[in-house]
Amino acid sequence: MPSFYHETHTMFGHLRNPVLQWIFSIDHKRIGLMYMTLMFTLFFLAVGAALTMRAELFAPGAQFLEPQTYNELFTFHGVTMIFLFIVPGIPATLGNFLLPLMLGAHDVSFPRLNLISFWFYVLGVILGISSLVTGHGFADTGWTFYAPYSIRTDAHVLSTLSAAFILGLSSILTGLNFIVTIHRLRAPGMGFFKMPLFIWGLYATAWIQVLATPVVGITLLLVILERTLGIGIFDPTKGGDPVLFEHLFWIYSHPAVYLMILPGFGIVSEVLPAFTRRTIFGYHAIAISSASIAGIGYLVWGHHMYTSGMSDLARVIFSFLTFLVAVPTGVKIFDWVATMYKGSIVLATPMLWILGSIINFTVGGLTGLTLGAIGPDIHLHDTYYVVAHFHYTILGGVIFMFIGGLHYWYPKITGKLYDEGLGRIAFGLAFVGFNMLWFPMFLAGFFGNPRRYFDYLPDFTVYHQISGVGALLIASGLVMIVYTFYRGLRSGRDAGPNPWNATTLEWHIPSPPPLENFPKIPYVDFEPYEYEAGEPLVQFDENFRRIR
Amino acid sequence: MQQEMAYDAQGQPHPVVDFHNDYGGAKFGFWVFLMTEAMMFGTLFLLFAIYFYRHTESYVASSGHLDVWLGGTNTMILLISTYTMGLGTMMLRRGRVRAAVLLVGATALMALIFLGIKAVEWNMEISRGIYPGSGVLDALDRGEILFFGLYFVMTGLHGLHVIAGVALMSWVLLLIRSGGIRPEHTIVMKNVTLYWDFVHLVWIILFPLFYMIGV
Ligand code: HEM
Ligand SMILES: [Cu+2]
Repeated sequence: MPSFYHETHTMFGHLRNPVLQWIFSIDHKRIGLMYMTLMFTLFFLAVGAALTMRAELFAPGAQFLEPQTYNELFTFHGVTMIFLFIVPGIPATLGNFLLPLMLGAHDVSFPRLNLISFWFYVLGVILGISSLVTGHGFADTGWTFYAPYSIRTDAHVLSTLSAAFILGLSSILTGLNFIVTIHRLRAPGMGFFKMPLFIWGLYATAWIQVLATPVVGITLLLVILERTLGIGIFDPTKGGDPVLFEHLFWIYSHPAVYLMILPGFGIVSEVLPAFTRRTIFGYHAIAISSASIAGIGYLVWGHHMYTSGMSDLARVIFSFLTFLVAVPTGVKIFDWVATMYKGSIVLATPMLWILGSIINFTVGGLTGLTLGAIGPDIHLHDTYYVVAHFHYTILGGVIFMFIGGLHYWYPKITGKLYDEGLGRIAFGLAFVGFNMLWFPMFLAGFFGNPRRYFDYLPDFTVYHQISGVGALLIASGLVMIVYTFYRGLRSGRDAGPNPWNATTLEWHIPSPPPLENFPKIPYVDFEPYEYEAGEPLVQFDENFRRIR
Repeated sequence: MQQEMAYDAQGQPHPVVDFHNDYGGAKFGFWVFLMTEAMMFGTLFLLFAIYFYRHTESYVASSGHLDVWLGGTNTMILLISTYTMGLGTMMLRRGRVRAAVLLVGATALMALIFLGIKAVEWNMEISRGIYPGSGVLDALDRGEILFFGLYFVMTGLHGLHVIAGVALMSWVLLLIRSGGIRPEHTIVMKNVTLYWDFVHLVWIILFPLFYMIGV
C-alpha cells in the first residue's frame, strides 16, 4: 500500500511538483512533519545561543560578549525556546501526526485550518527572526516582555511582540481543531475513557490553548499599542499599572507551563505500557489528573509575583493553590511508578528517555515547591535557582519526554528502525550532561547568583565551569540523536507495523501510514492498553474486524 | 458518497463521522472560537473594571464627553441588524433564497452605517485633541487618560470585528450565488449569524460602560 509520502491531498487539488505537494498538503501527517523540521531547526539555533551564553559565563568578567548582546541572546533563547518550540511543540508535531491515528480517524476535523495554522506559525517565525537583522538588534526584554521596560527600550520589541501574537493565533487554531476532532471523530465505540492517554494530554492542552492564549494575545497587543500610540494602560507615567501586565501575562504563561508538560505526560503514559507490557495503572486517575492540572493551573499565576507587591493574603492564597497542583501531578507519578512495579521492563531507548525525564521532572517539581512557598521564594526569586528549576522541568522533563516520544514513534513515522546502541549512548550523554549543566546552578542560585547577568562574582566560577562542561555534553548528545535518526533513515531495518508490541490503534496500521490512515475505521470497544502474556490482546484483520 | 461503517465484534454496523461533511463539528468549532473571542474581550472588560474602581470619578467625568445619542443610535442599529441577519438564516432554511439575500445585504448595509457613525464619533474626539498619546489627553487626569485609552482600544477592536462581519456577509452572499450555501446546507450562514450575534452582544456591553456611566 502506498504511504502518505507517496500521495497526498493538497489545498489546491492535485499538484505535481513534490515541493508544492508538501507546502500545500492538508494531510495531518505531512503538516506534523513540516512543523517538526522547522521547530527542530529553531531549537538548535536556540541551543546555539545558549552555548554562546555558557561560553561567556565560563569565567567571570567579560569574555567576548557585550552586556547588551547577552541580553539579546537570552531573550532570543527564551523567546525561541518557549514561543517557537516548546509551547506549540508536542501538539503541533507528534500531536498532529498521531491524533487522528490514535482516534481512528481519517484526518483532523478541519484539515485546511490545520495548514493555515502552520502558515501562521511560519509567519510568526519570520517576524520573530527578522528582528535579528533589522533595526537595533533583537528584543532585550527577556521572554516575559515586562512593562514598562518593554515600552521604553529602543530594541526591536515590536516585531517580537507581533510574532508572539501571531504564534498565539496559530496555537489557538490548533487547539480548536484538536478539541473538535476529539469530540467528533473518535472511532465508533471509543468513549472518552477508551482514548489513549496521549490524547487526554492533548485534550487538556487544547483547552488551555483556547482559553488562555487570547488573554496573553490581547495583553501583548496592548503593549504594541502602548509602544506605537502611547495609550498608557501599562505605563505608570500615564496612570497605567505595570503590575497588571504581570498579572495578565502570568494568567496565560503559568497555564502555558502545563501546555508544555501535559502532552509530555501523555507521551510517558504511552511509552510505559509498551515497555513494561502491562496495562497502565490508574488509567482514570491519569486522565482526570490531566484535566484537573489544566483547571487548577489557571489559579496559581500569582506565584511569579510574590516580590512585585501583592497583599499578604493574596500571596498566601496563591501559595496554597500552587501546592494544590502538586497533588494531581503526584498522582500521575505514583501511577507511573506503580505501572513499572513488577513489570518486565524493556530498557529500550524511548524507555530510557522516559525514565530519565521522570527523574529530572521530579527534581524540578520538588524544587518548584520551594519556590511556591513564599519565604524561600523571596530569597530565591530571580536567581539561578529559578533558572535551574525551570530547565529541570522543561528541558529535563518535557524535552526528554518529547525525545522519548520521537524515538518511540520513529518507526511509525519513517517505517525504519534506528540503531539502539547509538540511541542509548546519546541518551547517556544527554542525561549526564543535563544534570552537570543544571544541578550546580541550584547551588549557585541558592548562594545568591542572580539570573540574566552576563557576569558574576568570582565565588561562583566553579559552578559555572562544571555547568559549561555539562552544556557541551548535552549538546553532543542532541547532535548524536540527529545522527542516529539520519542513519536510521539511510540504512535502518524495516520496522513493520508494530515493532514495540504496543496496543494503541496507530500500531495496527502499516508504517509509514497510508494517506487516509485506515482503509476501514475500526470499532473500538476495548481499553487502550490491554496485554495478555506480553502480547497485545486485541488484533484486527486487514479489514479492521476484530479477530481477537 | 456512501456512508462509511465500522463493524463491531457481532458484525453490527456503526456509522463513521465524515469530517468533510460534519455539520455538528463545524458548529461546535465555531462555538469554541467564540469562546476565545470572549476571553479576549473579557480581559479588556477586566482592565476597564479595575481602572474604573481606582478612578471612578474621572471615569464618570470622561464618559460625559461622549455622545449618548450617537452611541444609542448605533446600539439600535446593531439590535435591528442581528434581527435581520437571523431572519435571513431562517428564510434561507425555508428555501426563500431571494429574501435571504436581501436580508443579509440589509444587515451589511447597517453594519456600514454603524461604522460611519463610529467614524463621526472618533472624529469628534480627535478634533478636540483627544486621542492616545496626544498632548491634550496626556495633560488630563490619569483616570481620563486610561478611560480614553480603553475607549479607543475597545471600540477600535469592536470596529475591526464589524469590518470582519461585513467581509463575512459579502462572502456569504457570494457563496449563496455560487451554490456554496443552499437551503439544505446552511452551516456557514449559521456560523456567520452566530458571529454577528456575538459582535452585537459585545457592543451591548460596551455601550453602557462607556456612554452611560456619565449620564
Ligand atoms: C542545551 C540546553 C540549554 C542550555 C545550555 C540553556 C542555557 C540557558 C542559559 C545560560 C540561560 C540564561 C540564564 C540567565 O542569564 O538568566 C537560559 C535562560 C532560559 N532558558 Fe535555557 N538553556 C537550554 C535549554 C532550554 C530549553 C529547552 C528551554 C525551554 C524550552 C529553555 C528556556 C529558557 C528560558 C525561558 C530562559 C530565560 C530567558 C530569559 O531570562 O528571558 N532553555 N538558558
Ligand atoms: Cu507558574
